[in-house]
Amino acid sequence: MQQSAPVRGSSRIRLDVDAAGRGDRIFEGATKAGAIAILALLAIIILLLLFESRNIFGHQGIGQFLFTTTWDPVFREFGVFAFIYGTVISSVIGLLLATPVAVGAAIYIVEYAPRWLRSPVSFTVELLAAIPSIIYGLWAVFILGPVMRFHIEPFLQTWFGPIPIVGNLFEGTPIGRDILTAGVILAIMILPTIMAISREVIMQVPDTQRDGMHALGATKWEMIQGAVIPYARAGIAGAAILGLARALGETMAVTMVIGNASTSITGSLFEPGYTMASAIANQFREADSQVYLSAIIAIALVLLVIAMIVNILARILIYSLVGKQSNSSRIG
Amino acid sequence: MSQETIEQTQTIQDDSLAAGMEVRNLSAYYGDFQAVKDITMPIERGKVTALIGPSGCGKSTFIRCLNRLHELTRGARVSGQAFLEDQDIYASNVDPVQVRRVIGMVFQKPNPFPMMSIYDNVIAGIKLNNARKSRGELDQIVEHSLRGAALWDEVKDKLDHSGASLSGGQQQRLCIARTIAVEPEVILMDEPCSALDPIATFKIEELIAELKERYTIALVTHNMQQAARVSDFTAFLLSGEERYGRLVEYGPTQQIFTNPQDEQTEAYITGKFG
Amino acid sequence: MQSGNETAAQLATPKASPGVSRHAILLQGDSRYRFRKAFSGIMAAAVAACTVFGVTILWIILGYVLVRGLPALDLAFFTERPMPYGEVGGGVAPAILGSLYLIAVACVIGLPLAVLAAIYLSEYSHGRFGDAVRFVIDLLAGLPSIVVGVFVWTLIVINTGSFSGLAGAVALAIIMIPIVARTVEAILNLVPNSMREASLALGVPMWKTILRVVLPAAKSGIITGVVLAMARAGGETAPLLMTTLGNSFFNFDLMQPMAALPVQIYNYAVAPYADWHTKAWGSALVLIALIGALSLLTRWAVRGQKLGES
Repeated sequence: MQQSAPVRGSSRIRLDVDAAGRGDRIFEGATKAGAIAILALLAIIILLLLFESRNIFGHQGIGQFLFTTTWDPVFREFGVFAFIYGTVISSVIGLLLATPVAVGAAIYIVEYAPRWLRSPVSFTVELLAAIPSIIYGLWAVFILGPVMRFHIEPFLQTWFGPIPIVGNLFEGTPIGRDILTAGVILAIMILPTIMAISREVIMQVPDTQRDGMHALGATKWEMIQGAVIPYARAGIAGAAILGLARALGETMAVTMVIGNASTSITGSLFEPGYTMASAIANQFREADSQVYLSAIIAIALVLLVIAMIVNILARILIYSLVGKQSNSSRIG
Repeated sequence: MSQETIEQTQTIQDDSLAAGMEVRNLSAYYGDFQAVKDITMPIERGKVTALIGPSGCGKSTFIRCLNRLHELTRGARVSGQAFLEDQDIYASNVDPVQVRRVIGMVFQKPNPFPMMSIYDNVIAGIKLNNARKSRGELDQIVEHSLRGAALWDEVKDKLDHSGASLSGGQQQRLCIARTIAVEPEVILMDEPCSALDPIATFKIEELIAELKERYTIALVTHNMQQAARVSDFTAFLLSGEERYGRLVEYGPTQQIFTNPQDEQTEAYITGKFG
Repeated sequence: MQSGNETAAQLATPKASPGVSRHAILLQGDSRYRFRKAFSGIMAAAVAACTVFGVTILWIILGYVLVRGLPALDLAFFTERPMPYGEVGGGVAPAILGSLYLIAVACVIGLPLAVLAAIYLSEYSHGRFGDAVRFVIDLLAGLPSIVVGVFVWTLIVINTGSFSGLAGAVALAIIMIPIVARTVEAILNLVPNSMREASLALGVPMWKTILRVVLPAAKSGIITGVVLAMARAGGETAPLLMTTLGNSFFNFDLMQPMAALPVQIYNYAVAPYADWHTKAWGSALVLIALIGALSLLTRWAVRGQKLGES
């Protein structure tokens, strides 16, 4: 029975299934093969990247690869720390800028928006999420970059430059193709991701929680702050981290505005930089030696590991709230 | 308490009792659908008024009108008046948030705030308007409220546990503690025992009898025995073919259950429908 | 409001505090309440502003693509191949055809796998193995597309010594698989169990029930999921840059480099010529229009069918 019987159905139905057992076994086997192929796909991706990275780790050791900032293909020195730094800083800027706006908009849609406004806004958010990254890149190069260069960055420099410590962030010549611009375009790109998931999560907050806070004499915002946000907190954090995951792996838009110039770390956001993804996209065609090739593949491996960790973290947080409901509604 | 308090709140003669309510021609709608029509009845001060009737008769909608919670539902609105003593809570210059501060509510399903500790659940309402209270004062309010809700002995050693860690009956009493912590005049209870087992139900009923010493209580219940046991007055609501709920009969509980004036009331309490 | 000492007093405490009528509370409250009320209003305005910002930024971006892209569009733009700099005219026809071709091949490679896995997850698996597959699908969906690009580049481009359309299609297939598998599984789960039981009770074997009852019932949802994945794949750039490379000529040989719209946009955008920048905006407009048309077409195709929609 166990080899082919579906869990669904009565015992009488199982008898019928047994009668037609062979067709079922073949069909189930085929579908299971599809599932196994997907497992195998991920395994192959990881193993191939690991295998092809071997040259670089043999060449200079994993520590020097990860934690030094000198990336000099001519002298065969490959340290990716500056790329990791650029990736993390630009993504974190994106996250810090996008999360408050996205969560605010999600709160507005669920808690405030009149019914007729909900679906146009949600539709717009879906559209925003569907725009390909290359188009964000195009827009960032020709529109956002100049705005950053001539308006926003000089403004930041004037007002925050003189402040100690904070001022370091805004040192240098505003060029509009730097870590800050990359962070801003990332913020716009991950906005719909964070917003859509936050909206789902906030919609899962039971109305009884809202009633409970209202009945104590809370204002609308106190209700949101006291009942809705705490209840949705884990899910919102998951949404933000999923946005972070998207930002970390984003390639084209970032490649087009981050400058791809410096491998040094100065601490200023006006400095051009590299992310792991943009370094790959810029240099894969220049790889003229086995070691260089392997170094580029190793960058992808590092990116894969970081993206996986961040994704797993995000999904744990989201499932802790939304997953329960959707699982229980699953048939069977 | 003190003599001066009584004098200063001139509109209420006997201040040892909470304020009563008087509902006049109250109707409630969900969009175009009229859920409750033209209800006029008192909610006597310091008494328990039970609202009974079959499912869908609008009694829950009606009670949510009494602290202006109904209008928070999308598309919902209310017409008519509801007086707290001599002030109409639906008057244009009345703030609904402040109405809810004075008229508290306990819900069908216990709804403690799961991310807060038991302690924080109790002071959730206090914290809204009184930013500066010493820890000692808060401790006193928590103990006083939990004692008032007959929960103190069960939770005094785990006040920092989550409100969601309690049993259903305890959660409901925590919600009552949370409500009485802000010292309301009226407590509305919307089928507070429907999700509870008989023992927990019994405890809540005992508690209601105690609470009416200090608060005016309106109690929606599906359970006629409960209404007979704990209430002083009973209102019977029914939605006929018109589909909106209306008040069929109101009177002292004893009279409603022994000598109803309306034959529909009699049919309902004798179990012929519902 | 009551002062602290009174609140903590004994059970018989009257609720109204000295000096303040109960009704005054109902009317406007104290100064602290007026502050709370104002703060609540400010926050309402703030979250509304967040929404306005999110919606506005989308229309700004779309507006730029439209306004800057329209001047590039003429007949030649849709029929000719890209010209070297300096020559007048030229279009992105190879890129449009190349993108469609790549997506079609990617569907052939990826869809069967994804749909089979989805059927397995929805109809057969109930244990740990199914959860593991779902988990891996989620991980694949979260894989940065550049990593997929590097993988296919390593696997195919380096080994065959040539960029090729096939490599691009494989990369797009890997990107589509988790999207399709996830949406199709979700849609199949929405098919009511009673439909399966009705068929099984007639003696129809499980596999025929799935093929003849369950899949048709979920048809519109499956189409939506597939188109969603196609739209996503159609906009991918980084993995194509590493695999098909792009091509200025018409090419339908899968073993040769192939043009694709996103790659064309990139090549135009990073070049230093104003004319090419206009062409980049024009290509972007075409790409957005294609993606939009794809999803509109689906909505039209599955209209009137409730299950699995939205």
